[in-house]
Amino acid sequence: MSRPTVAFFELASCEGCQLQVANLGEELLAILDRIDLVEFRELLTERPDGPLDIAFVEGSVVNAECEARLHAIRQRSELLIAYGSCATIGGVNAMANGRPISEIQAEVYGDQAERFAAARVRPLHQLVPVDYFIHGCPIYPDELIKVLKAALAHLPYNIPDYAVCVECLLNENVCMYEKKVTCLGPVTRAGCNAWCINNGNVCYGCRGLVSNPNRAGAEAVLSRYHLDSRLIANKMLMYNGALEPTDE
Amino acid sequence: MSRNISINQQFLTRVEGHGHIVVDVKNGILQKGELQIVEAPRFFEALLQGRSIFEAQHITSRICGICACGHSLASIQAAENAIGFLPGEQTQQLRKLLLLMENLDSHLLHIYLLVAPDLLGVDSFLGMMQDHAEAVKRALRMKKQCNTICDILVGRHVHPISCVIGGFTKLPNSRQLETIQTLLEQIKEDLPPTVELVRQFSFPDFIRETEYVALVNDAADYPLLSGDIGSSDGVRMAKEDYRSITNEFVVPHSTAKHARLSRNAYAVGALARFNLNSGKLHPAAQKAAAQIGLRAPCHNPFFNSCAQLVEVVHCTETALQIVERFLAKGIDQSEAVIVGINENRSIPVQAGSGVGAVEVPRGTLFHHYDVDAKGIIQKADCVIPTGQNLQNIEDDMQKLVPEILHKTDKEITLALEMLVRAYDPCISCSTHFLKIEFIGR
Repeated sequence: MSRPTVAFFELASCEGCQLQVANLGEELLAILDRIDLVEFRELLTERPDGPLDIAFVEGSVVNAECEARLHAIRQRSELLIAYGSCATIGGVNAMANGRPISEIQAEVYGDQAERFAAARVRPLHQLVPVDYFIHGCPIYPDELIKVLKAALAHLPYNIPDYAVCVECLLNENVCMYEKKVTCLGPVTRAGCNAWCINNGNVCYGCRGLVSNPNRAGAEAVLSRYHLDSRLIANKMLMYNGALEPTDE
Repeated sequence: MSRNISINQQFLTRVEGHGHIVVDVKNGILQKGELQIVEAPRFFEALLQGRSIFEAQHITSRICGICACGHSLASIQAAENAIGFLPGEQTQQLRKLLLLMENLDSHLLHIYLLVAPDLLGVDSFLGMMQDHAEAVKRALRMKKQCNTICDILVGRHVHPISCVIGGFTKLPNSRQLETIQTLLEQIKEDLPPTVELVRQFSFPDFIRETEYVALVNDAADYPLLSGDIGSSDGVRMAKEDYRSITNEFVVPHSTAKHARLSRNAYAVGALARFNLNSGKLHPAAQKAAAQIGLRAPCHNPFFNSCAQLVEVVHCTETALQIVERFLAKGIDQSEAVIVGINENRSIPVQAGSGVGAVEVPRGTLFHHYDVDAKGIIQKADCVIPTGQNLQNIEDDMQKLVPEILHKTDKEITLALEMLVRAYDPCISCSTHFLKIEFIGR
């Protein structure tokens, strides 16, 4: 039986989630025994353009070129995996959605703004059907392996739908609110094993909101500390700026 | 010679980001030799405005997955300068250790997985598995060791967690320092075969003198995290004057701006650092340079990979020295900080402007922020190493193509790809802040 064909692609992104693949070390060689890695522009020269069993797509859609590339990838791929926050929820790119596009264009492009066709930053599923989501900025390598296994076996993968606080408490971290700083753990989807809080920083919400976030509760906690409301709004929108009402 | 050549190599592979090589030769005369940058822009400069300076490190590390630690360090340096915060000695040494690990990791990736396939005559590292399996395994092993050290220092290598304005949110204990020391010793064991691999490479014979730019200092150490900006043409300026160094300008075929200083173009990166500061390298690194026949000044851009190898040795040895000093005197755990967006007012903030200048794997990286009295970012600017190299790459292409016109189109394309790859370009990085202009569309 031939090995399933797998490819990695990137739209607007930092390519850090793909680098996480090279960072697997020698484990990567064990994975390469099970799949036929046919396309990976960051590491390989080969680009055969044929049908794919699994396509990993990193990055978000920011213009018409990205959109066309995404449709072409979807067409050649049996399974499409949105890979990393930029692809699953828009990620840091979607901070641009918080300001009018014309204003941002003028800021960056000055008098050449009209020559550049910018669009609202969108995650993949707002344009094409997505079979699996691997959240995170960057992705958590353990979850990559879990999802790859599920995809190879055509089994569903259930993303945890509880708050990061659950994992954080299991790791016995002291709550960041006890240290007088705000943390998005209470409203953010788990699955990263509370990576940032384990390392002494706060949660920035990179995996997106849980499906039924307790916003009122979170806002009440935040207002208790008399914080500038704009700063808090900015925090909430660092990763979630591309969310549509239907995404929740 | 009346040859016509038209090369349009779309989506250059084994580089970070999206670029095309376009060459047009008519009747044996080069009409056009361009590296077209087509990266989708991401507006980071505008995204930072109005945000807390304490979010700048988190956001700007997302400019690039490969040099995320370098962006963090440049961002923190600029931010601390802007708000008037002075880091302590322990913090500075840990930051230096982190930068050494990132440069080591990135150079290993470039030498083994991105450059070696061209010189071994295969398409990619998968092709190397046939005859050079040991080298691939060694590369992945060394990369993993670098990553594990970064995990200990800052939580992870891609988008570091614990290096922030004010210091580190988590500090390594003595057992973790011992682990880092062991890992560095293991990397050191793999250095001789790494040097031997590069020694066996036969790089294209090509010379073009240009201006080299890197951090310089009057101290004994190889400058990476502090110093003035210097050039091989004798320029020396404070980092705050970086705009007088980079003199950025827009070209029609690139979404990233080009730069020039005393000549039409200049180069940054490992070879520039080597040419300006080779006397300050660790003795073991100088020995490695002698082994592979690299001498300053070197004007062959393909030898950038050789300079990277020399820095691989330097980074490993210097990192070991830092860790050994920490093991001897211990780490003061009370210096750990909890900052968030400074809701707890743990860091005093004043209005100001600050510049960070850091030697990251691909050259000198500048971050510049203006903040108000509340620490809100009013203006942000970044100048990326690859952007500074673009004009120099094109000037190389324009000298190289006429010299190899007798070769086949395929050979010319490969030579040009190798030239661009030698600079280890980080295209997605170089595009994010810059003006855009499309040609003929």
